[in-house]
Amino acid sequence: MQNPSDNHLLIEIHDLTKVYGKGEVAVHALRGVDVMVERGEFVAVMGPSGSGKSTLMNILGCLDRPTSGRYLLDGEDVSKLDRDQLAGVRNKKIGFVFQSYNLLPRLTAIKNVMMPMLYNGYIRATDAERYARAADMLKAMGLSDRMHHKPNELSGGQQQRVAIARALINNPAIILADEPTGNLDTRSAQEIMALLKELNRGGVTIVMVTHELDIAEHAQRVIYLIDGQIVSDRTHASGIAHLHNGVINGKLHVEAEKER
Amino acid sequence: MSFLQTLKIAWEGLTLNKVRSFLTTLGVIIGVAAVIAMLAVSAGAEAEVADQINALGANLIMIMPSFTRGGFGTRAGPPPSLHYPDLIKIEQNVTGINGISAEQNTTQNVRTETTTLTDIPVVGTTAGFIAVHEYTVAEGRFITNEDNDRANKVIVLGYDIAKELFGDQSPVGQTVKVGSVRLTVIGVMSEKGVVGNTDYDGRVYVPITLVFKKWVNDRFNRNALRVVYVSAQSKEVMDDVMAQLNKLVMQILDTTADSPGFTLMTQDSVITMRTAATETFRNLLAWVAGISLVVGGIGIMNIMLVSVTERTKEIGLRQAIGARPRDVQLQFLLEAVLLSLIGGLIGVIAGVSGSWLFNQFGSMRTEIVWSSIPLAFGAAALVGIFFGYYPATKAAQLDPIVALRHE
Repeated sequence: MQNPSDNHLLIEIHDLTKVYGKGEVAVHALRGVDVMVERGEFVAVMGPSGSGKSTLMNILGCLDRPTSGRYLLDGEDVSKLDRDQLAGVRNKKIGFVFQSYNLLPRLTAIKNVMMPMLYNGYIRATDAERYARAADMLKAMGLSDRMHHKPNELSGGQQQRVAIARALINNPAIILADEPTGNLDTRSAQEIMALLKELNRGGVTIVMVTHELDIAEHAQRVIYLIDGQIVSDRTHASGIAHLHNGVINGKLHVEAEKER
Repeated sequence: MSFLQTLKIAWEGLTLNKVRSFLTTLGVIIGVAAVIAMLAVSAGAEAEVADQINALGANLIMIMPSFTRGGFGTRAGPPPSLHYPDLIKIEQNVTGINGISAEQNTTQNVRTETTTLTDIPVVGTTAGFIAVHEYTVAEGRFITNEDNDRANKVIVLGYDIAKELFGDQSPVGQTVKVGSVRLTVIGVMSEKGVVGNTDYDGRVYVPITLVFKKWVNDRFNRNALRVVYVSAQSKEVMDDVMAQLNKLVMQILDTTADSPGFTLMTQDSVITMRTAATETFRNLLAWVAGISLVVGGIGIMNIMLVSVTERTKEIGLRQAIGARPRDVQLQFLLEAVLLSLIGGLIGVIAGVSGSWLFNQFGSMRTEIVWSSIPLAFGAAALVGIFFGYYPATKAAQLDPIVALRHE
């Protein structure tokens, strides 16, 4: 870890709220959330559906803006940026990994990986340079023999690896993975988790949403959300097993379990 | 993202569904082809008129019966009109003219002992014909006033007719039979070819009085002349000649200035009149073409809206990886413009080749108006921008979260 300075904080969220709608029909998706994520962390976000974890991920991913609160990403306050500026932040600092991979079916693996570089206005790269970089990235994902296959010619695990290559191509500050193993069989899921862990060991910061404990166990830290609030933030998943099971069984008393 | 990259992506979007893309452009194809073909047809018609009028000599004045006069209860009998003896009167009393002529045509079989030519145009005319048409006689002489006064049974052959009937022999002095009338050949015209619609060399010329006597005996109209052509000696005397004609013809017809019963026209005024007519026609066609372009544009807008909906998830992904609203907008706008430009290109090819084929093998003369190509092409591009703007803007305004969740 670096010297204790603000610089080692990659994500700094203070009293974040998000309200959908107005008046009587207003839905409070996030009710004052504080999160700090340091560089190099691997954080899992858990919680039942409706807990606000998707909203949190959307705001973390600069796809949505908070109703109030502050969000500093890599030292930059992104909570007040306009749509164009947010698009720039997403392009340069965030790599998305989705549950359903979201590859463009008509493009080959390598073209899918090259896509974020096309929107990367600040790098004046030639097509050949982009191609070479994407090829290297796919090679690192173990897909050098699948570069010219279209998504429907690839297995689920392979498609997700292409998606991870795409997420990494612009050297983002953080990878946001939304249920990255949700559509995969157990073996492929373990492979993808091994890959993410390896990337993390190499210095990539990862925040991952999941609803599966055994997947969350791969992370160093688990944040648990209920009703738009963080109810648990531990350095290991094992500690929240009974919390999670309690939520699933519907017997939870939020206030009693609330730590921090 | 660079413009070229966006263009590439837009092109990929179009090739995704080739048949649909082609069908979408069909409206623009038809519109653009229509613009070019219609302009070619009207330009052809105009050129035809110009040729016909220019086939006549310069400084020509036409005396045309006007049909505005008359109607029930105005005067019994036929409308006032000029007859052959009036031509002589005009010729003798108006100064500054080269010649005066009128025509009465018929179609007859023309025969010698050995050869028969069927359905040959027979032009009944007067001595002034060669001055009016700036035409010359190759051999022998043309019809004279004396021939007309006596309705002499004489004939002047067009160049090709002479060749077909007599070969290399001189026809002058020979006899031909036109219909059932035996005529003596007095001359052969020089070669003139086809001008406008008229094949000068494939006709024969006889005294107009002979035509009235033998073939077109119209008692009711007392052999009225339709159009009388007067050839003025120069441009300078035109106005003077017209003034003289106006006065004299009114006197002959016994009419007054408020309803003279005839109109004097010059080549210029005829061209102006005909051009005005084709202009109206052309404006109408321009509207038709314009409407089909708009319909084509609506087709493009429709398909682009479908495409935006179908590709919502793609739009969401592009936004997630850093596409700004204007990147998305440009991508879809370029798709629409590419569609309409491709339609425009195919339309130009179809319009030009269609017009050309029609001119070569069809019954109508067409003249491709080259300036209509950039016009049609530009119109197609405008249609693409105009009708592509709304779907593209709609795509750009999609919320990335909603778009990503779209199935």
